[in-house]
Parts: sequence; structure tokens; C-alpha cells
Amino acid sequence: MNSKHLIVLLFMGLFIVACKKSEPLIEELETFLGFQKPTNFPEPVYKFENNKITKDGFELGRMLFNEPRLSRNNTITCSSCHIQSSAFTQHGHDVSHGIDDRLGTRNSPPIMNLAWSRAFNWGGGIHDLDTQPITPITTHEEMDENLENVYKKLRAMPKYTSKFKAAFGTEEINTANFMKALSQFMLMCVSSNSKYDKVIRKESGASFTSEEMEGYVLFKEKCATCHSEPLFTDGSFRNNGLAISPVNDKGLYVATLLETDKYKFKVPSLRNLKYTAPYMHDGRFLSLNGVFEHYNNEVVNTQNLDPLLKGSKLGIMLASTEKTKIAAFLNTLNDEEFIKNPLLAEQ
Amino acid sequence: MKTISINIKHAVLAICTILLLGSCSKTDSPTPEFEEKNLAPFSIEFDNIVGDRTFSINNTGNLYTNAAGEKFSISMLQYFVSNIKVTTAEGKTYTVPQEKSYFMINGADKTTRFTKVEVPEGDYTKVTFTLGVDSLRSTMDLSKRTGILDPAAGGGHDAGGMYWGWNSGYIFFKYEGNSSVISDDVNGDPTGKKQFKYHIGGFGGYSAPTINNIKTITIDLNNAGIAKVRKDRQSNVHLFVDVMKVFNGKNSFSIASHPNVMFSDYSVNIAANLTQLFTHDHTEN
Repeated sequence: MNSKHLIVLLFMGLFIVACKKSEPLIEELETFLGFQKPTNFPEPVYKFENNKITKDGFELGRMLFNEPRLSRNNTITCSSCHIQSSAFTQHGHDVSHGIDDRLGTRNSPPIMNLAWSRAFNWGGGIHDLDTQPITPITTHEEMDENLENVYKKLRAMPKYTSKFKAAFGTEEINTANFMKALSQFMLMCVSSNSKYDKVIRKESGASFTSEEMEGYVLFKEKCATCHSEPLFTDGSFRNNGLAISPVNDKGLYVATLLETDKYKFKVPSLRNLKYTAPYMHDGRFLSLNGVFEHYNNEVVNTQNLDPLLKGSKLGIMLASTEKTKIAAFLNTLNDEEFIKNPLLAEQ
Repeated sequence: MKTISINIKHAVLAICTILLLGSCSKTDSPTPEFEEKNLAPFSIEFDNIVGDRTFSINNTGNLYTNAAGEKFSISMLQYFVSNIKVTTAEGKTYTVPQEKSYFMINGADKTTRFTKVEVPEGDYTKVTFTLGVDSLRSTMDLSKRTGILDPAAGGGHDAGGMYWGWNSGYIFFKYEGNSSVISDDVNGDPTGKKQFKYHIGGFGGYSAPTINNIKTITIDLNNAGIAKVRKDRQSNVHLFVDVMKVFNGKNSFSIASHPNVMFSDYSVNIAANLTQLFTHDHTEN
């Protein structure tokens, strides 16, 4: 925090010297810090040079994220399936519940730490955050709208034309501006203030309990290859041995048509598990215990099962005391500041 | 009125003939020095045909028949042409700057059939273009994908949209129609509309190689007329695009057996047929 304050002060100083700007701008600078890379995180992969985050751009993105006009009959917003209090997932729904009560086939993933993501959706196929929203907006089971219609609806609303003008210097609402505003909001959804982060950053005397520490050691031994720190995902696509579902979702294969990608899904982050149940691409496990039991006892040797799960016995052995300890560690990855951050809430 | 218009037509024809005679003498003049900055208008015309017949949309009263004997009508034909390049007999090449080199030919809108570009004055014996959108542009920042490349263009996937959201990329060739041979079950068209849909795309994958249906087409102009590009003319290479070859090309197939082909392995077979669509009929210089 001290270093953050110092940076803000420095910027204030620079602005006063450089432009002699008036008071309100300084106040804005104090409240809107833009995208900040947490010190314990790697460099982001999103191309910020093509989309500089500004206060207006971010606020516009937040408006759009909560705008029902993105859907065909103006009933569904991004936040319908990505609810902040559930770490931007749709808590309690195994698969997402969209327009006209239609159901999708996959569990709504969190909008969290996307600046570090190289591929989007459980099954991949999208590699640029700016093009991701096209999918939910146009998908039959989600918002079922076409982009040009969305723009038409927004163009008729002065609150949007003026906000686009403020954010991008033009009242024009087009694909690039629209998508980049949404990206600005989503990129700001950074979860990095869990107890784990504070321990790692040695902030305000935070430390693990002995159970959490033992869980951390076990986690590093049994889970961390795929759920690697500090994002708790390595961003790869893997088959974790789930029994093939009735809809026979082939995961990454659908996007690549490569036989070696069948039944592979994106490795999810383990941050904020307290808020994001149910788990897996189709939300089949309602509790963490269900997930542990899967790895301990239920892994199925389907096509392309990850080699890491092919020991003398399939899966990952987890004694019940180990489960308890790992659960205690995973509990330190919950970030209450993130789900309560007023900046990310609908205004 | 009719006679007057015919008379005007005759007059125009006569003038054109005189002009042509005049211009013929020009062609005898030496080919201009190939100078990259000395740009002049040039176009390729994509004149859609269906076998031995002209192309028409919604030809439900006068169906086409493919080699498998299946009668069909066409409701949509749209395809991307990009990255135009011309080559002289001496092997000198000019590639049109990429940002000016994307076109979408829409069978329902005849005004879209010309790809109007500028190339240096010269005599060209070869034209090359891409059927589809190159992988680089397919993954570029959205601000560099406007107009026909805007993912919002065309009113969505079910209308004239040429973009796949779920698997980021463009549909290169979109061809839809109806045929009574299509079954009403899941192997055909369960909606009972007896529609066929061929949405051919796939730029080769972003992080791992996947199917690549981008086709580079090169047309030799020597037989049917080289393009003599000069500032005072509109040199136009007139191609016939025979969409019957989608079915009757080297990988011929019946509509009944493959009524819907989108992003799937079979699309590679159809994409191979697409390279056979183009024949050079003549050049207007």
C-alpha cells in the first residue's frame, strides 16, 4: 500500500508540474489507479498497448457488462451469469442459464485475472479477450443477439454515446470500441488480495496456520503442476479423467479437430473456490469434497487422459487428513476484497 | 422509347468501337516501365455461374442439377477474396497493400463482383489472390478489422455474417440453398426446410496447427488475355466462378450425403473443390 500511495503522489506531482491540471483530475487519479500488476504476479499477456485502460473506458465497460440490451429481448446481462458476489460466476448453476430460460452445456467461468489468460472458454477457440464477448452475445442459449443490433440499441441512448465519446474520443459505437470497453472492465477484475497473496507478499504480518502450511506443502506436491502459482492455473488444456458426460462434450477438440485434444478442458484457477461452486466445465461437482473424491477415486481412463493422472492407480491419492489440509490451504485463496470491491459492482 | 434507347445503345457501341480501335493502337506502344508508385486502376471480376447457366439467387422455379442428379436452389453465396497480387511476364510482382485488399463477393449483390484495386502500369500475365482471410488478419487487433472484416458485419451468423465467434475466425466461403433430397432427420435438416449449408473456414489455428482452408488461387492470363494496366483505362480480368464445382469438383459429393459442412474435417475436401471454381474468360483492357 505504501508503494501504491507513493506512485499516486508521484503521478499527482507530475500532473501538477506538467499540465497544472485542476483539482478534480487529481481526485480522479486518487480513486482510479488503472490496471496494476500485483507484485507477486507475472507480466500480463493481454496487449495493453492496443487498449490503454482509462477511467471512462473502464466505467463504460462496467455499464456494458451490466446492460441487458446486449441480449435479444433485453433480459440478460453479462452479470446475469457472472455475478460479483460469486466471483463473477453463476453460483448454484451447473450450466449457465441464459435467455428464455435456455440452458447451455457448460459452467459459467469466473471473470478473474483474465489479463493473464492466453485462451478463453472451457474449450478454447478464442485467443483474444477483445473477441470473447462475441460468443455469449451471439450464442442461442446465452444472449441470442447479433452485434449490430446491440450497437443500434446503444446508439439510441445518450448515456452511451457520451460515454463512448469520453472513453474513445468518438461517439461512434463500433465493434472495436465496444469490445475494448468490455475488456477494460474485465481486465480490472483482478483477484490478488487473498490471505495467500498477503502471506506471499509478506503484508501486514499475514501468515499461514500450521494446517494451512501443511496443506500448502501437500498442494505443491499433488496439485501445483497444473494449478500453478500464483494464478493457480497453468493455462493449459488437459483431460482430468472426468467420466464422459451425456452430451459427450469433447472440449478443446471442437475448436481444433485434433484427435489429441479430445476431452481436454482449460485448467481452472483455484482462487475463490468458496464462491464459485459448482465445479468442472459442466458443474458436476457441488462441493470441494466431490472434486477431491474425483481425483482420489473416480478418474476414468478416457482418451487423452493427462499423463500426470496415470500412476499405478489412476488419479491422485488423497487420504482424508490430506484432503482436510489441502482444503484449509485452498481456503486461503478466497479473496473477499475482490467479491466486495465497489469499483467492480454495478453502479 | 425503346427504339430511342436502342439507337443510343448503337451510338454508344459505335463510339466504343472507335475508342477501342484507338486504344488498340496504343497497345502497340511499349509496355510502361514497371514503377511501383505509378499506380493505375485494375480489377478482377468474379462473375458467378452455375455450370452452363447463369447464377441466380432463390431460383426455386428453375432448379440447378448437380452431377449426382440432385436438383437444388441457391439462397446465399458469399466469399472473401483478399491479398491480390499481379505478375508480369518478366516475373516482376506487385502486391496490393493489404489494407486495401479485402473484398467480399456477395452473389445476391452484383455490385460486389469487382475487386477494384490499384497496381502499377504494366502488362500482367498472372493474377494471384487468396480465397479467404489470411491468418494474420484473422488474429489482428479488432481496430484493424473493420468494414467487411468487422465481426458484427452481415447481421450475425444466421444471416449474412461471416464470422465465427466461438472459434475465432472468418467463414471464407458461405454457400446455402435448398434441395428436396435432404432428409428431415438429424442427418439432414431437422427443421424440415431442406436446407444445405456449407460454411467453409479455418485459418490454420492460433497456437496449434488446425485445419487450414485458406486457398491461394493463381490465374494464368496468357490464353484468354493479359491485363494491360494503364492510367487512362480500367483493366478488368473477367473470371467465371462456377459454384457447381463445389459439388462436382475433384472431391465430388452429393448434397444428400453432406448437407451441412462447417468447421469439420470434411470441410477440407470441399475447400479443395473451391480451388477449381475460377476460370479466366477474358480481359477487358
